[in-house]
Amino acid sequence: MSMIDRLFPMPLHSILLLIVWLMLNSTLSLGHIILGSLLAFFIPLLCAPLKMAQPKIKKPLKVIPYVLLVLKDIVVANIEVAILVIGPLKRIKPGFVAVPLDIHDTFPITILASTVTMTPGTVSSDVSSDNKWLYVHVLDMPDNEQEVIDLIKNRYESRVKEIFGC
Amino acid sequence: MLDIAVMIVAVMLCIALVLNLWRLVIGPHVIDRILALDTMYINSIALILLYGIYNKSPLYFEAALLIAMLGFVSSVAFAKYLLRGDIIE
Amino acid sequence: MSFYAELIISLLLILGGVFVLVGSIGLLRLQDLYVRLHAPTKATTLGLGGILTGCMLYMFYVEGFLGVNELLITLFLVITAPVTAYILAKAAMHNRVRMMERTRNKHHIETARSQLPPSDDNKDSE
Repeated sequence: MSMIDRLFPMPLHSILLLIVWLMLNSTLSLGHIILGSLLAFFIPLLCAPLKMAQPKIKKPLKVIPYVLLVLKDIVVANIEVAILVIGPLKRIKPGFVAVPLDIHDTFPITILASTVTMTPGTVSSDVSSDNKWLYVHVLDMPDNEQEVIDLIKNRYESRVKEIFGC
Repeated sequence: MLDIAVMIVAVMLCIALVLNLWRLVIGPHVIDRILALDTMYINSIALILLYGIYNKSPLYFEAALLIAMLGFVSSVAFAKYLLRGDIIE
Repeated sequence: MSFYAELIISLLLILGGVFVLVGSIGLLRLQDLYVRLHAPTKATTLGLGGILTGCMLYMFYVEGFLGVNELLITLFLVITAPVTAYILAKAAMHNRVRMMERTRNKHHIETARSQLPPSDDNKDSE
């Protein structure tokens, strides 16, 4: 382990910490930049032993289209859910689906599960302990449950997989 | 016009809070009540933001940020408490 | 403040208010806990997003700078809403909360609550 690695165990977190500190104070004054830099230097040093090994983001540029896609889907999800909620309740056909996962690391699964929760009519409710199955509750289940599984796998999981390169 | 819009939205949020309170009272299971409480937190954040616009002061947004954090932590703590029991842990 | 700025801010606020209200109506109206979970987690997030965008634009017009606290609140809510939904669903499964008669694939509950892979042998017992 080199000197730089030991001094800055989590470089990305340090930058994020500085940015959030400046945003919280909504200022760019020199004093706050110095204080924020000091915090961004010492807090990762204290927290480094708690870190769990996670896969690195291989293609950072692919993150932006993914976030935009998810934001668009959040808006669509809300309109769909709003119509279902206001309309007659007989139309709602809930159900559970088990989605087989191709990614087996905890951080990408967390991203995928959060995305699934925020998007149309699905809430992720549990992961099997071997990280191979994601249980999803579907608000309005189509007759063929394979459609939901295919949607999750093709639309989100393939993109997450690409970002983390696993 | 903005004042009228703020008033209309404030009325909507108050109705939403009353509906949440109703679910909190009748909720058949404890988890229903936690969900209602969590939604009440989020709705009160919206109400505080609206009050910030009404008073033309950005100070209320910091209070909203604090309530967002406390609301999340308390909901998770309640749910975690209910997770204790037979199989897991 | 110009008329159009006021119009846009009012529209954003009202849209946000409508979504928050729909989420709360859903919370009261839907029949079982798992279905109820859908309404507040989604609708309220977007509703609050609308109100926060309105606040940000308003502060931009009044104070002349873009407030970043609102951005932080939005970010925080988008990150935490799925976590709350997930842990509440997990707690509901663990406590065997009653669900609607027409829920399909109920057998998944049994394997999900002990975090096992799904089994096919009790599929026809619904």
